[in-house]
Amino acid sequence: MGLSIEDVTVVFPAADRRPPVAALSRINLKVEDAEFVVALGASGCGKSTLLNLIAGFLSPTSGKLVLDGRQVSGPGADRAVVFQKHALLPWLNVVDNVAFSLQIQGIGKAQRYATANRFLGMLGLEGFQTAPVYTLSGGMQQRVGIARALTCDPRLLLMDEPLAALDALTREKAQELILNVWNDTHKSVFFITHSVEEALFVGTQLVVMSPRPGRITHRFDLPFSRQFLSGMPARQVKASPEFIRLREDVLKIIFADEGAAP
Amino acid sequence: MTEQDPMPTNRPGGLFARLARARPTKPGEIYGIPGQGNTLWLSVASIALFFFIWWLVTFMGWVKPLFIPSPMAIVTKFASVWNTGFTGTPFLGHVWISTARVFGAFLLACAIGLPLGLAMGMSPIMRGIFDPPIEFYRPIPPLAYLPLMIIWFGIGEPSKVLLIFLSVFAPVVLGARSGVKSAGIEQIHAAYSFGATRWQVMRFVIMPSAMPEILTAMRIGIGFGWTTLVAAEMVASTKGLGYMVLSASQFLQTPVVIMGIFVIAVIAFAFDLLMRFVEHHVVPWKGRM
Repeated sequence: MGLSIEDVTVVFPAADRRPPVAALSRINLKVEDAEFVVALGASGCGKSTLLNLIAGFLSPTSGKLVLDGRQVSGPGADRAVVFQKHALLPWLNVVDNVAFSLQIQGIGKAQRYATANRFLGMLGLEGFQTAPVYTLSGGMQQRVGIARALTCDPRLLLMDEPLAALDALTREKAQELILNVWNDTHKSVFFITHSVEEALFVGTQLVVMSPRPGRITHRFDLPFSRQFLSGMPARQVKASPEFIRLREDVLKIIFADEGAAP
Repeated sequence: MTEQDPMPTNRPGGLFARLARARPTKPGEIYGIPGQGNTLWLSVASIALFFFIWWLVTFMGWVKPLFIPSPMAIVTKFASVWNTGFTGTPFLGHVWISTARVFGAFLLACAIGLPLGLAMGMSPIMRGIFDPPIEFYRPIPPLAYLPLMIIWFGIGEPSKVLLIFLSVFAPVVLGARSGVKSAGIEQIHAAYSFGATRWQVMRFVIMPSAMPEILTAMRIGIGFGWTTLVAAEMVASTKGLGYMVLSASQFLQTPVVIMGIFVIAVIAFAFDLLMRFVEHHVVPWKGRM
């Protein structure tokens, strides 16, 4: 079970007298139940294309995506997306934003709010139910975005650089929060980031991608999120020799890709 | 720097160079925002100056009352029209018929134009069909097709309302159409990823996010409506503010002309204030996310 990406290739057609672009080339990837897969890579490596494929916004040129034995053929509530920013609906208050996916499913108000409040509590947003979302800080808005995706109760949570717009301190807090929520809900997560440290810290599996054509070049199994969840402080995890060594290795791979850019 | 000069500047230059130079802002303001600052008192002064010059010009007898009657003459005329009416119709009768024409045309234009604009924004088929006729007639001044309206629909109420309707219709359609584009692609994708249907995305994401543009379009539209009113009441009218202004001008009753202009301005401005109030309450999030 889980998500399985089999030999997927995406070619964007030629445009503006430019040749066709191979955004993704022969991707194979499995996201098992309760696994936290992080995709990392230089810009243009096809991370976002891969997320759009899984979300069902894009169909592959060849190959297939299978979720729980059924081929992915369009977006659906089993794969909720958390975006970098600007994806909340400013005309709804916090609790209505979080309950939005349930409103779409036609669930009654009382039950909607009960579920939404549970996830607001999990993300430390009690007391902000009726606040307009545009009055919240960036970090809180992002937590609303995560709560909203969780309320949908997806099989797979897709996160497209969800913390990229946050300042460094808020970002580290948010990483810990995401790990705690992941530990509580046992969701499968596919997470995109630009930050090597973030990728190593939150994931259980890391895939490093390279551009032209977009492909997976390296895979790592990561122990660090479990270390944190078993009680080791985040700073201590990130300062461990293992962590630093892996961080330097991955950085080297990515800088090599950046350096190879034309 | 010298002791005689308590506010030394370290850059030379004449008066214009000093005026053109950027200065630091006061605390609480943001440096470099174009046109920042409160204009209330200047506006009050500007209005007061306008009336003062008007009064001065008439009081000193520099211009004949036929061309510019005194402000007091307008007020007196207003009182007399209020009490005895104009050409047999009470003052409020004129106000009512004009308001009914403009708002009737406005509501009709919104009822047809808003759904049509949204549909044009959503569907290339609708856009392909309706874009050419709307873009064709939109830049034509209503006075140019007024004769055609009269030939087709006669000199009764329909041609008047239709003329105002057409002038409101185009901005409302275009506003709703471009409002469709204001939803962020992430907002739309988020809704789809929660399992929304196309209709639900339209209803819950695209329409609410189009509200600011729709309200602005309605404001612009009603403005066009009042602009067209006088043209619509030019032919075969016996009532209405536009008729009052035009017929008074034929009898050289300049005070009534000016009074009518003020009444139209006040009604239009009051409605604009109402729309701003609605905007503030319906879309308090405008420009904030």
